[in-house]
Amino acid sequence: MTDSSPLILIIEDEPQIRRFLRAALHSHGYRLVEAETATDGLRAVTTHPPDLIVLDLGLPDLDGLEVTRRVREWSRVPIIVLSARGQEQDKIAALDAGADDYLTKPFGVGELMARMRVALRHSAQLNQDGNEPVFQVGELRVDLARRQVWLAEQEVRLTPNEYKLLIVLVQHAGKVVTHRQLLREVWGPGYTSESQYLRVYVGNLRHKLECNPARPRYLLTEPGVGYRLVDE
Amino acid sequence: MEHRPDPDKLLARMREEEQQQARGKLKVFFGMAAGVGKTYAMLETAHQRKREGVDVVAGYVETHRRQETEALLAGLEIIPRHVVEYRGTSLEEFNLDAALNRRPTLILVDELAHTNAPGSRHAKRWQDIEELLNAGISVYTTVNVQHLESLNDVVAQITGVIVRETVPDWVLEQADEVELIDLPPDDLLQRLREGKIYLPQQAERAIQSFFRKGNLIALRELALRRTADQVDVQMQDYRRDHAIAETWPANERLLVCVGPGPHGARLVRAARRMAARLRAGWLVLYVETPRHLRLPENERDRVVQTLRLAEQLGAETVTLSGQNVAEEVLSYARQRNVTKIVAGKPESPRWRELLFGSVVDSIVKNSGLIDVYVISGDFGDTEPPPAPPPETARNWLHYLWAFVIIEACTAVSWLLFRYNLEFSILVMIYLVGVVAVATRFGRGPSIFAAVLSVMSLNFFFTEPFFTLAVNDVRLWPSLVVMLLIGVIISTLTVRTRQQAEAARTRERRTAALYELSRDFASTRGLENLLQAAVKHISTTFESRIVVLLPVENNKLQPWGGVIGWWGTTVEERMVYAPDAGDQGVAQWVYEHGQMAGQGTDTLPGAEALYMPLVGSRGTVGVLGVLPGQPRRFQEPEQLHLLETFASQSALALERARLANEAQQAQLQIETERLRNSLLSSVSHDLRTPLAAITGAASSLLDEASSLDTTTRAELAQAVYDEAGRLNRLVGNLLDMTRLESGALQVQKEWQPLEEVVGAALTRLHQHLGNRPVVTDMPPDLPLVPLDGVLIEQVLINLLENALKYTPADSPLEIRAYLSQPRGSQPALQSVTVEVADRGPGIPHGDEGRIFEKFYRVNEVGSGRGVGLGLTICKGIVEAHGGQIWAENRPGGGSVFRFTLPLDGTPPKISEELQVTSNEFSAA
Repeated sequence: MTDSSPLILIIEDEPQIRRFLRAALHSHGYRLVEAETATDGLRAVTTHPPDLIVLDLGLPDLDGLEVTRRVREWSRVPIIVLSARGQEQDKIAALDAGADDYLTKPFGVGELMARMRVALRHSAQLNQDGNEPVFQVGELRVDLARRQVWLAEQEVRLTPNEYKLLIVLVQHAGKVVTHRQLLREVWGPGYTSESQYLRVYVGNLRHKLECNPARPRYLLTEPGVGYRLVDE
Repeated sequence: MEHRPDPDKLLARMREEEQQQARGKLKVFFGMAAGVGKTYAMLETAHQRKREGVDVVAGYVETHRRQETEALLAGLEIIPRHVVEYRGTSLEEFNLDAALNRRPTLILVDELAHTNAPGSRHAKRWQDIEELLNAGISVYTTVNVQHLESLNDVVAQITGVIVRETVPDWVLEQADEVELIDLPPDDLLQRLREGKIYLPQQAERAIQSFFRKGNLIALRELALRRTADQVDVQMQDYRRDHAIAETWPANERLLVCVGPGPHGARLVRAARRMAARLRAGWLVLYVETPRHLRLPENERDRVVQTLRLAEQLGAETVTLSGQNVAEEVLSYARQRNVTKIVAGKPESPRWRELLFGSVVDSIVKNSGLIDVYVISGDFGDTEPPPAPPPETARNWLHYLWAFVIIEACTAVSWLLFRYNLEFSILVMIYLVGVVAVATRFGRGPSIFAAVLSVMSLNFFFTEPFFTLAVNDVRLWPSLVVMLLIGVIISTLTVRTRQQAEAARTRERRTAALYELSRDFASTRGLENLLQAAVKHISTTFESRIVVLLPVENNKLQPWGGVIGWWGTTVEERMVYAPDAGDQGVAQWVYEHGQMAGQGTDTLPGAEALYMPLVGSRGTVGVLGVLPGQPRRFQEPEQLHLLETFASQSALALERARLANEAQQAQLQIETERLRNSLLSSVSHDLRTPLAAITGAASSLLDEASSLDTTTRAELAQAVYDEAGRLNRLVGNLLDMTRLESGALQVQKEWQPLEEVVGAALTRLHQHLGNRPVVTDMPPDLPLVPLDGVLIEQVLINLLENALKYTPADSPLEIRAYLSQPRGSQPALQSVTVEVADRGPGIPHGDEGRIFEKFYRVNEVGSGRGVGLGLTICKGIVEAHGGQIWAENRPGGGSVFRFTLPLDGTPPKISEELQVTSNEFSAA
């Protein structure tokens, strides 16, 4: 464990979950700060500025959503929220408030590590201020500089909106992007409730990029929340 | 301090309760003509009531701009009128709904006989008043004597003015109070001249016509008599109620015979007056002879109208069919204990009566103890005699045939003539020809044949040959005989044929009713009963049908119309979808238990006729009938038949519902028992994974040192797997709880089904392993309104189920397609989704039960699940307005299908966004 390894802040009131997270994170070489309540957590954000926050949405003293908002007022540190199934609206609210990703309880360590990796990488890229010019996953290759999309050796032709949609997803590759976020970035702020546009365009994109659109490999649906472009 | 009830409040409450329970009281201000001061008197009385503290409002008061009247109206609360747009003019009408909502104790509604503007709920104002009374609101109203239905013709006779707006007599008779507003004719005329009734020019015209002094005297007498009758009735009621001993004649009953003649209406009115005076019940009878079928359309219509009038006047109408009118009338009269028969004076010419006798004569002759009243028909024919039916091409063909047959006889006779046969033999040959024509082609051609025969005989076989000169006297009797035989045989044939026709018609009706009852007797289940009812009623009446059944809050909904599922025996042409307006009519019918809609006096603007389905415990639903021919149900007989069908259906529906309830109760008991036995099963299912987890975890804890790496990994895997199973179990139990408590909210959004399927398959990725999954969704499948999260859950449950029950390498198939509904609404399409497998299939008889809670196929099997997955699917699909069912597939395996209705308007993906032509291309 070195000082250069990322510092993770866990804000979670359940001791059993904290215990399991502690074990898992330690064994993966992360440093750890724990907070039992939202108040403690917010204080910890200022005293030990973390590289990533794992935040439970159901805290006893303050809503997890509120914590996200307060952190976002002054920090861009990645936040991964934890919530139970059936709380889609809470998840969306947290994501729209600035959280980077979410996990549904119960979850496995593998999933958590994958999400954390993606979030840390994005935050690192943000600090370097620049995306890589070419995005590649499986047979899908997006050349951002030349605005070209390739599937295996075949170039794929997209409409302007399809391309914009794909680019937003590529920019957040590996992370979930909410319907609202996608609509705002592709169609503009006036369209944030017109989710049928999005669904139709995602459908079109899948028909062009996936070999079986009904069993997608790249462009996954997060039911009730948004979409995720796989990146590994 | 002692708390004593406030007497005023107590009284008010009693009044309120009384109002809610009882029917309102009707008081009629009755007058002989306009201008006697009915409205004024009504308003005065209303003010008096108001001073007594009664809640009085003016519903509709016509002041005719008379100043005194307007002044009186001033102090009263007025219900705003309802403005109806009709052909460019706006008509002001009484606002019934506003009045019902306001619920006063007493309401003033002027002009009882008024006809409402088209498009109003009821055709007549007295029907509005009926509804008010039924709602417990008392009504003051006004009417003039000439508006009474039974006096209509008398008034017309006196004044020469036919009054169109009439009120059935019973409306006045059932009034709790009738107050006569009387004014001597001279005073009335004085008021008229002073311009207190009409504007001066109008007044002058009125004095010339209706308001002649003689008329007024006669009308005054009518009004006075009428009121006296009413008082008399009250007196008799009083005597009866107070048990004043007096001998009463046996109950009188009147039978009125009506025919297709023009005097039916007059006869019925006269009989009505007689019946009212005698306080007798009365029947109106029409005997349908085979001749009825030959009557021209307008005469048949007239019968229908007469019978309808009789019904409106309160008679019971009966149609019988038979050969002999007099016999039928008398036997029916005896059967119903009729004491007096009323018939019209015969209209046929004298010679005919002498020859054939008349119906009235034979009734009189055979009536025995029954009195017979014959009422004159000297009203003058108001309608021209019916035009003879036009000759048709068919008729000409008949004459041609007659010619051919007779000339064939000539040919035969010609051959035989050479053998010098007797003339009479030849006559017989021709007779055969005439008989042949008569049996086949009717009267005209047979007369033609007889004449032609005699001419041919004359021309070919009597001297002088080949001329038409008559020397032979034998020809005359031949001609007479042939004519007679031709006429007799053709008449008999026609009559037999008509009787057969009538019998067939009746037979068909009886058979239809019999088939309906038989089908009902052999049918189980509400759905099947409804199908049978729709099928039979539609076929018998050549109409389109809808059955509306109450759902939540007694709101009616067309059966099958919502999702377009009509079962297997109902075809599209048998049903129709009522629009919003018609559904409103149906709702009214359901709430009031009365018929309404097309062809009735209530809400006649509706597209179809609506009839309440009244069972023994109340109205169970409403039957809507959209007749193929518009005037189908004008005939009371057809309407009665329809009523019979409706009541049969209602009883069957009620029976089914009761059976359902009993079954539900039984089910409840069984469910309760099942729940108890399954509680242990659930707790077993919950404890098994917990036991495995506890065991594995404790081994890892206690014997960490002694375990090798593989065993440790195995134990950890067991903990992981069992925790997953526990998670699913708890998830299902929670979903079930949410579904059952109604906490489940469906948030529908239009989205491609493909996406939901994709999400489900992604979530089951690990679980599916290498299972081949075929997905088949047409690219042009429309967007579907659904809750993505919930439908994903349905698919996951169905797929998990398939994974659980089928061999590890058997393929799974997911298919979706647009399904055309069987209903008549093209808008209500739905998308069907299938999840199919090639496993062992569903045990026979379990197809329905697998959706039941806690039901598991192969109960003995190991604890694979709690049996909630499919129940949850069912709940979710039904919350979407769809259906789910399972079948075995041909070729092995099972298929689960569910439908998602495409209700609402799909969103438009606007053009500027759908960039297709302007393809983005890389530089």
